[in-house]
This record gives sequence, structure tokens and C-alpha cells, in this order.
Amino acid sequence: MIKNKIFSLLLCGLIFGLVITGCSNQQEAGGTDEAAKRVYVAPGQYDEFYTFMSGGFSGQVTVYGIPSGRLFKIIPVFSQDAESAYGYSEETKAMLNTSYGFIPWGDAHHPELSETDGVHDGKWLFINENNTPRVARIDLTEFETAEILELPNSAGNHGSPFITENNEYVVASTRFSVPIPQKDVPIKSYKENFNGTISFIKVDKKTGEMSIGFQILVPGFNYDLAHAGKGPSHDWAFFTCYNSEEANSLLEMNASRNDKDFIAAVDWKLAEKYVSEGKAKKVVTKYAHNYMNEKTQTAISVMNNEVFILDPKDAPGMIYYLPTPKSPHGVDVDPTGQYIVGGGKLSSVLPVHSFDKMIKAIENKQFDGDVDGIPILKYDAVIAGEVKEPGLGPLHTEFDDNGFAYTTAFISSEIVKWKVGTWEVVDRVQTYYSPGHLSVPGGDTKKPWGKYVISLNKITKDRYLPTGPALCQSAQLFDITGDKMKLLLDFPTIGEPHYAQSIPAELLMKNSKKIYKLEDNEHPYAAKGVKETKVERKGNEFHITMGASRSHFTPDNIEGAKVGDKVYFHVTNFEQDWDIPHGFAVIGNKNSELLIMPGQTRTIIWEPQKVGVYPFYCTDFCSALHQEMQGYIRVSAQNSNPEIKFTLGE
Amino acid sequence: MKKQSRILIVIASISLILVFLFPIWRIYLDAPQYPEGLGLNIWINKVTGLNPNDLATINGLNHYIGMEKIMPDAIPELSIMPWIIIALIGWGLFASFLNKKWAVYVWLGAFIIVGAVGLYDFYQWEYTYGHNLNPDAPIKIPGMSYQPPLIGQKQLLNINALSIPFVGTYVILFSVLITFFVLIKENKMEKNK
Repeated sequence: MIKNKIFSLLLCGLIFGLVITGCSNQQEAGGTDEAAKRVYVAPGQYDEFYTFMSGGFSGQVTVYGIPSGRLFKIIPVFSQDAESAYGYSEETKAMLNTSYGFIPWGDAHHPELSETDGVHDGKWLFINENNTPRVARIDLTEFETAEILELPNSAGNHGSPFITENNEYVVASTRFSVPIPQKDVPIKSYKENFNGTISFIKVDKKTGEMSIGFQILVPGFNYDLAHAGKGPSHDWAFFTCYNSEEANSLLEMNASRNDKDFIAAVDWKLAEKYVSEGKAKKVVTKYAHNYMNEKTQTAISVMNNEVFILDPKDAPGMIYYLPTPKSPHGVDVDPTGQYIVGGGKLSSVLPVHSFDKMIKAIENKQFDGDVDGIPILKYDAVIAGEVKEPGLGPLHTEFDDNGFAYTTAFISSEIVKWKVGTWEVVDRVQTYYSPGHLSVPGGDTKKPWGKYVISLNKITKDRYLPTGPALCQSAQLFDITGDKMKLLLDFPTIGEPHYAQSIPAELLMKNSKKIYKLEDNEHPYAAKGVKETKVERKGNEFHITMGASRSHFTPDNIEGAKVGDKVYFHVTNFEQDWDIPHGFAVIGNKNSELLIMPGQTRTIIWEPQKVGVYPFYCTDFCSALHQEMQGYIRVSAQNSNPEIKFTLGE
Repeated sequence: MKKQSRILIVIASISLILVFLFPIWRIYLDAPQYPEGLGLNIWINKVTGLNPNDLATINGLNHYIGMEKIMPDAIPELSIMPWIIIALIGWGLFASFLNKKWAVYVWLGAFIIVGAVGLYDFYQWEYTYGHNLNPDAPIKIPGMSYQPPLIGQKQLLNINALSIPFVGTYVILFSVLITFFVLIKENKMEKNK
């Protein structure tokens, strides 16, 4: 038995190795004059698309320009960022609160742009965190994290945050099944004690604020990815699952036995109805909801303690299983909303289900048994077609504006282009190496913008200058305007770019904020001008309300702090000028620096340990006299009673 | 005066209302770090930035050379000018009603004096701001002053200042020209009689 396993593993490794060696011999279109022209964005010119990439295990989101592949910004989301003080400053710490306490790191996976009528509307970007199940919302006027919602009764929030056509819901399915609620049981009791959940997160139309609408309790499989329907399938959402074997150990073997696993089709409109009829059970749990208060620019963390859970047994007709070959990974719905593509990662074909056939099969009760009361539809009754030779290890599919689909094949390291409707493969290109997701601008919406496909590669090996054992992951840009896909550009990414979404630049750039208005700043320690700067003691808290402007802090000489104090530097950037941030750092700070945007107030705590006079300074080269932008704080003995003094220019 | 002339005088007077709606002067400041543009609008009753925060930004930048802050509230002319314009409008209407040429002459005279004094005063303010510099300023260049031009452009360190009359001034010129035209016509008709 063990021998067999080792043999299979070796075989897998061998195939993988062969594939990689095979790839490097391929010819590329990149590097030619034509490719260079296509990706050259002249100095001072703008890229055509913003591309938001997941930062993977960095926990962040990166913002690139396409076609140039230039990195513009890393948006801190699930991980602390000492550069911007995200997760360090008093204003942002609460964003990383969870029911487990403060968590400094997250595993970001799928960026998903908000939609109106099934098309990206440029309001918000959602992204999921896998490890400690959470979904974040990024405000696209500021390119900053505005909200993070924890998901209870979930473990490994992978199948998330896919969105319905008008942001009615952001969906989230749990990758790991666990005892719900958690309890002390033998791991081997998996089959009787473990369950999964699918969450439907409501999104407020105006503010974007998220709240858990309801959760659906599902059999203990691994729920992997999802996509909401569109057009005719608007009311439905689709979720892949593997491990229908319900294995709890050595899943690579034990969860790969069944010929078919499932795509779960959920009628969320019907689920909504059941919830309103009181069919859902109120369950006591605990989860954090963190959001930025726009006025005070400070994150608030609220611990919620109940959710509504629907059991499919109480909700007939709400959920069906579509049999799908071999541990499907991605599930992608074509622009018409008619076809549902399942990426059976160990399958030799790519199955495409028909939404119409699914509805008919449900009407005609063409079932093939059930799992815990959830009907399994007959494969032949729902299948629209199979794409033959979709490459080895097909994972994800996106669509262009001309009726073609593009599927990544991880093992054979390629993108395969095929025609929706005829299921015929029309082109294939190598990628370097082993793509996971791919992304066509608007490629999962009703109206793809097309033009490019970006391959998000897990392995780079020899593609760039080597940087020791730890290498970057990469994105590769292909032109898809012609019959043949052409490699245009190859660029490294931050973290593992699980997925990316692109939006035409003009939809976002016009809304991009330049400053925060000082007059709107309602931070309790904001100084809206020099007159409001002050220093005060509250027990052992020493609060300094100070301002930063070119090229000085007000005040810049501060006395009265003592060893053992918690010194709060509340720094307001007085500037109302575009692109004039100020920084703040003080010697020996065990926290982080501050980077304060114009009109913003940010607070960092410093705990001096020895008497002395200590410098602080601006860390952002703000002006010609930036090097002069400094100050001193005097720290007196713990048992002394120093007078509080704060001055500028004396 | 002819009816036509009296109507023209009314138009010339009434159109002065536009002076309240548009700046009379504009100063564009062009610097490498300000691709989005930076500048000031001078109105008869206020000084504002070309963009919402320009005044504060300009004041911020000016502190490096020790220029005094431009604070519209501290410029008394800005509270007097509106009344002068209202008086001009009133006198114009009165002259038309009175139907006497001498009244129009008085109006035109007042107009020209107000204009000339206004320009001189503006120059004086520019001179004061440009020369009255804080001796402790971080940037001190011997012999350098920072007076923006009354009309035209001038390089002031990294900033190229362009100063031009704006819509309000053109409205005033329009009124003056109409008045001239009316008086010339009236004088011609008298001769022909």
C-alpha cells in the first residue's frame, strides 16, 4: 500500500518534470518588436487597465497597470504593513481583529470587483482570506481597505468572494469541513461530525457594508471555488467541491478516488425566501466585523454573535449537486449565464454544464440519488458538452468578448483556448510555469472587455535573474485579439497571485481621491490647524496632538513625558496638496513608522524606557527641507513631576 | 440723449453685475511638481485658489521664501471694491434716467479713475508681498524679490508666474467702450444739428 503511494508520487513528479523541461524549449512571441510596442506605455502616458492581483500569502492586494505590467501600489489588507502603519497604528489595528484575537497575517486569494448588471462598476474590490476566514472590501476611491468581515462556521475560506450581478451577495464556501459548532471529537469521526458551510454575505447598495445574510449547512466535503450566475442563471450560485469521499487524511489519494465530485448549484433567491419564512435556525457563534469610520478615519471592531443557518433538509429545492469529474477546482459561468464550466483538475476532459438543461432536469426529477437529502442530478441530463484535451490539470476558465473561453492547465503548463458551444480547442500556448488562475479583463462578467489574458504562474525557475532559493511568482500577458494567443510580457508579482481582475483605467482614475479634506476630519485627536495642537497627560498616557506641514512638526520640542508612559503621537498632516504625505518615526519605537496622507490623522504609541532627549523626524521626503523636519521629546524619570511644555521655533 | 444711447448706458451699467460672478485677474503658477496647475483668482471681493486648496498650498510654499501669508480678510480693498462697483452701476442707471450727458461724463471719469487706482493698488499689493520678506526665511537669495508681474510672465525660482486680466476686467472694458461709443455718437449728432 505505502509502496504504491510512493510510486504514484514519483510518477507525478516525473510527469511534472517532463512538462517543465518540455516547456523551456518552446518559442515565445515576447521580446519581438511587435510585442514590445504592445506593452510600451510611454513616459507620462497611462495604462489601459488597472489590474488588481491577490498578494497570496503576503495577505495584500497589488495594483498593476496593464499592458505595461508596472506595479503601482500594494494595498495592505490582511497583513500588517510597517510601511503604512496598517495594523500598527491606533486607527487601523482594529481592522485585523478576529474572534481569535488580533491576527497580523492572512492568505489573500481572489480579488473580485463589484458589479452592476453583471458588469464591473468600479466601486469596490472584495478579497477573501483563506486561513482565518474573512472577506475584505477595498474602497476604490482611496485604494484602501474599508472593511473586513470574519466568517464563522468556516475553515479555509477559499471559495470566495464571488459576487452576484448587482452585489446582492458575496458568496463564500468553506474549503475545510469541520465540526459545526466546533467540538472535541476524534478526527476519524469525520463522516458523522464534520460539515461545510456556504455563506451569503449581503452588501449594502450604497455604502458597500457587508453583513452575513445567511449560511447553508452542507455535507462535509471540501468546497473549493464558486461563481454566481448571470442573466438567466442570475438567481443561482455554483460551488465546486472535492473530497466527496470525506477523507480526513492523505487527501491526495483518498480524496481522488471518486470518478466524479460535484458542483453545488444553490438557488439563493429561494434560500432568501426560506430565511424570510423563518426556516433558518439562529445559531450562536462569534465573529468580528471591522470597518473604517470615514469621519474619524478610525477602524471600529464589533464582535457579532449570531448567524442564521439553513439546513437543506428544511429547504427543499434550494440546492442540487451537478456531478463533475475528478475533484473540480474552478467553476466558471460564461458571459451568457448559460454554461457552467467545471475545472476537473484530474480529469481528461473539461465538462460544461447547461443551465437550461439543469433546470429541466430539476423539473423532470432526473436524479441519481442524493447526499444527505441533496439531490444529485444525472450527469447526462445536465452536461452541455465536454472540451476534449483541455490540457493536463485544468483549473480555471475565463471568457473573452468573442465567444471564446480560456482555460489554464496546471500540469501541462498551458492556456487552452476553446469555442463556447462547439467545445472545440482552437489554440494553446505554453506558460512559464504552471498557471493557477488566469484573468481576461472583465472575463468573469456579462461583458468581458477581452484584449488580453493574464496567466498567473506558480513557478518561475529560470525565467528571471535568480534570487537564491526563494523566487518570485509571475504573471504573463498574452494578446488575444487574433486567432492565436501571443505572449507579450512576463513580469514578477508580489506573493502568489491567485487571481486577478482588471478594469478599464478610465472607470477608476476619475474617482481616485487626491487628499482627505481637513475640514471633514473628525478624528478625536485631529489638529485642524496649529492652534489645535496640544500636549496633555491622562494618567500614564501622554497624548501629543501634533501637526505636520512642510517642513516642520508643530510642536517640535516636547517636554513632560516620563519613563513608563505610553506616549501617543497623534499626527495630523496639515497639507491639502496632492501627493504630499508626511512620515513620522521616533527612535527606539517597537511599533512602526506612520505615513500620513494629506488631511489625515494617524496615531502611534511609543513607550520610552530610559530618561533622555529623543529625536523624531519625518520619514517621507516631503520637501526641499525634509531633512530639517525633526523634533525632540524629553523623557524624565518615572518618579519625577516634569512640567508639560510644547513649542515650535523657540 | 437719444433713447438708443440711454439703453446702451443701462446695458453698460447692468453688465457690471457680471464683475461679481467672474474673477478680474488671474495668476497662473507653473512649477515642475504641479502638473495639475496652481494659481490664484483675484475677484473684486475675494482671493481664491484656482483649485480648491491652492491658496493654502501657495501660502505653504511661500513660507520658504518668507513671503507673508495671503489672507483675503486682511486686504481692506476687497470689502470696499464691491461698493464702488455697486455705486458705478447706480450712477450709470441714474445718468440714463437723468438723461444728461454730463452725468455720463462723470460716470466715465469715475470709471477711469477707479480702474487706474485699482490697478495701481493691485501693483502695490504685489510689490509688498514680493518684497516684504521675513529675514529668517529658509530660502534667501541676495537681491531676489518675488513680485509677480501685473500682466505677463516672470520666472520666480522654480515657479513661472503668468498674470493676466480675466473676465471681470473684460466686462469693465466692455462697459467703458460702450460709454465711449455713446458719447462719441451723441457728440457727432450734436455737431450735425
